[in-house]
Amino acid sequence: MKLSRRHLLGTAAAGSALAALPAASARAQSPLKVGFVYVGPKGDNGWSFRHDVARLAVEEALGDKVETRYVENVPEGPDAERVIRQLAATGQGLIYTTSFGFMNPTLKVAKQFPDVKFEHATGYVTTPNVAVYNARFYEGRSVIGTMAAMMSKKGVAGYIGSVPIPEVVMGIDAFTLAAQKVNPDFRTVVVWVNSWHDPGKEADAAKALFDQGVDIIAQHTDSAAPLQVAEQRGLYGFGQAADQSAFAPEGQLTAIVDNWGPYYIKRTQEVIDGTWETHDVWYGLKEGMVSLAPYGPAVPPDVAAAADKVKAGIIDGSYQPFGGPIMDQSGAKRVAEGETIPDGDLLKLDWYVKGVQA
Amino acid sequence: MRLEKRAQVSQAMLWGSPILAVLLTLVAGALLFVVMGYDPFASLRAFFVSPINSTYGLSELAVKASPLVLIATGLAVGFRAGVWNIGAEGQLTLGAIAGGGVALLFWGMEGPWILPLMCLAAIGGGMAWAAIPAFLRVRLGVSEILVSLMLAYVALLLLSALVYGPWKNPEAFNFPETRVFSDSALLPIILPGTRLHLGVAVTVVVVLLAWFFMTRTLFGYQVRVVGAAPAAARYAGFSRDRMVWISLLASGGLAGLAGLFEVAGPVGGQLLPTISPGYGFTAIIVAFLGRLNPLGILLAGLVVALSYLGGENAQIEVGLPQAVTGVFQGMLLFFLLATDVLVRYRVRFGAPRLAGA
Repeated sequence: MKLSRRHLLGTAAAGSALAALPAASARAQSPLKVGFVYVGPKGDNGWSFRHDVARLAVEEALGDKVETRYVENVPEGPDAERVIRQLAATGQGLIYTTSFGFMNPTLKVAKQFPDVKFEHATGYVTTPNVAVYNARFYEGRSVIGTMAAMMSKKGVAGYIGSVPIPEVVMGIDAFTLAAQKVNPDFRTVVVWVNSWHDPGKEADAAKALFDQGVDIIAQHTDSAAPLQVAEQRGLYGFGQAADQSAFAPEGQLTAIVDNWGPYYIKRTQEVIDGTWETHDVWYGLKEGMVSLAPYGPAVPPDVAAAADKVKAGIIDGSYQPFGGPIMDQSGAKRVAEGETIPDGDLLKLDWYVKGVQA
Repeated sequence: MRLEKRAQVSQAMLWGSPILAVLLTLVAGALLFVVMGYDPFASLRAFFVSPINSTYGLSELAVKASPLVLIATGLAVGFRAGVWNIGAEGQLTLGAIAGGGVALLFWGMEGPWILPLMCLAAIGGGMAWAAIPAFLRVRLGVSEILVSLMLAYVALLLLSALVYGPWKNPEAFNFPETRVFSDSALLPIILPGTRLHLGVAVTVVVVLLAWFFMTRTLFGYQVRVVGAAPAAARYAGFSRDRMVWISLLASGGLAGLAGLFEVAGPVGGQLLPTISPGYGFTAIIVAFLGRLNPLGILLAGLVVALSYLGGENAQIEVGLPQAVTGVFQGMLLFFLLATDVLVRYRVRFGAPRLAGA
């Protein structure tokens, strides 16, 4: 096993490529069985939903070369190991485990089934048959942070946080930094709900934030409940993981959409071809793994233009979401002018920028 | 239509009704599958047979049932005495925190004394958490139902605070998990190649002991009298307060032990923000399904555990949606309660007949 952060990986791949060759020819006649493990219900209209959309895209693209199955609502913990093992034991050749908390169970099962390939979303450990992939969601947060600062009359946004892992912390920071480029005094108030998907709690958090006087919300939780609250109050928010405008036609300004489909199709095809190798990738707007939903009717042209500009800047590299100078909450300078936070540090980020109330 | 209490309740039917309920669930489930357009036999096989047609499957069943049975056995003592501990999930969490805390305290050390010490700490942690509602109930007359339930959420937040804060593994890139315990702090595996751990064996021993105490000792008799006839119990000099303490401490201690068995066993030897998928709450169902009898609870725990395993397996093999698991568990409870009512009452149609008419 190799403990690696992004881009540190290199040697582990060679062995697996060799091992894959005989297996690939044997599979040529029968379809490749591909398993998916979801942490939420596939109808959550957010995270797990987008993974299931990608699963269907794999079926659509690869037709009778694949046979997919999924298990939804799998709790992170001991149950995950049994589910993943069951998928491996029933002939899946490739298994996508789509939540951070599935990391250790995935690694354990992968050790027992060296011929099965595993793709683990958002983790940090790769082995010859476990690859890791993640999306730079924070790039989308730079775009919505820009929009929030332009749309908010009060200069303060509410942010519904799930759990304070680096992934979420960097989203809050990217959102706030982008907003402060528009309005230097912009503040972000975070409420934690300690869950990735809990519509009741998410809605309560949204209500509490609006009651405290924020007039725009962002979220790092998976249900559309906060947007529905925004819609009822005639205020605005941003969708998470999927286009949630069906729940808030006026209230959703845009949404950060996860596009796993192209990656899943490519990696599944590689297993079929016998060319799959382990890796550790982190794709963003440029590669299309992160995209933004069409702007809602409430977005004025100048805001849309500014958002498009940030998006284009991130893609061509001229806009740095974490470009210095950056102060932390205490006001101490953490990143100097002209510098940026390297990927390795981003992935273990545990501090908030100035203006975040968490 | 009205219900009329039966003068005599058939003992055979009292024990037969859970079996009947399972059979009715199977029939209704098969009908449901047909309506949904799935092959009923393949679906039922995926649900109830194929998860346990191997040694590994059976071992998984035992691993899944073990915490449910251990907690339910403790809860049943209180439920019999009319003491309603709804917060076993919190006591489980505190047990995991206390026991896991000991493991982290001696991290990097090995020795046969670590695991027993962790078990004691876990039992103590669960008891301490259950002592709060016991104290409030006995001294101030506060409902133990509310206090124990609310404390469950406090316990979960406490665990989060520790795992995201001071106990976070410094080498885990700021992800919420503690260090992995030393080897001596992990539960030994009884059956190589499976996850069947020593905790499962302990659970079976606890069930047998509980059965002995509840049915063969004066203590068990007192518990039943306090629950069934509080006035008679007072008259006989059985202390109600003492029963509140014993019930909550026993159930809290066992729930705490169950929590430790999870983190030192299937969870893999570390504390995480979520360590139980609601075992403390599901155990309440298991306790009633098992007729509050330790041996019944053992069977009930296996049935409920199988419904989880079956739900996963039916998704993999037949593509049944996960919601079916919930529907199945719901139907099982529905039929159990329905057969229970019919065992104790008979249905009469028409107006009640007047005496002497």
